[in-house]
Amino acid sequence: MSTMLAWSITAAQVLLGLAMACAAFRILWGPRAQDRIVGFDTLSVNTMLLLLAFGIRSGSVLYFESALIVGLLGFVSTVALAKFLLRGEVIE
Amino acid sequence: MNEVMDAPSLATILTATLLIAGAAVAFIGSFGLLRFSGFYQRVHAPTLGTTLGTIFIAAASMIYFSPLGIRPVLHELLIIVFIITTTPITLMVLVRAARFRDGAGSKPASHGEK
Repeated sequence: MSTMLAWSITAAQVLLGLAMACAAFRILWGPRAQDRIVGFDTLSVNTMLLLLAFGIRSGSVLYFESALIVGLLGFVSTVALAKFLLRGEVIE
Repeated sequence: MNEVMDAPSLATILTATLLIAGAAVAFIGSFGLLRFSGFYQRVHAPTLGTTLGTIFIAAASMIYFSPLGIRPVLHELLIIVFIITTTPITLMVLVRAARFRDGAGSKPASHGEK
């Protein structure tokens, strides 16, 4: 049964890595700036999910906190970039 | 992997199922980000996918860690509440910026106080 859990964690990590590859493609080849920002938001959320999967694999507490920090910083930087697109400056 | 050996089997099955389902939903959302043609179609796919994917994978983490007694299980609820709160805000701000860049009218009224 532990073999099944290990294989399912591996499959989930491969799927999340493919999702991060899709988001990285959209960051690199996005036609406009807002496409790149959507790609960055998707990349940060997928990074958070991948860190949760790493935490389940290793049984460690530290991965959860780093996942929380990655989620927080991804939201803040996405909103800051969108504000920059809207106004031309972040803090006014 | 000693913790995996000690986990009960029902929790293991639920953890594996929720992990695969959450990763598949997140991958479908990111693949939709890759496949759709316009920005206003593209912005929908990852928000739907990552919200449900986050709920599934955080639930898998809760179910896996609660029988082991390593730490309290309620910490993942923080991630779930945070993601559910911030995903619509991100989409709204981004679409407002994209509409402004596309020249659809002037700046919105709530931001035109300057």
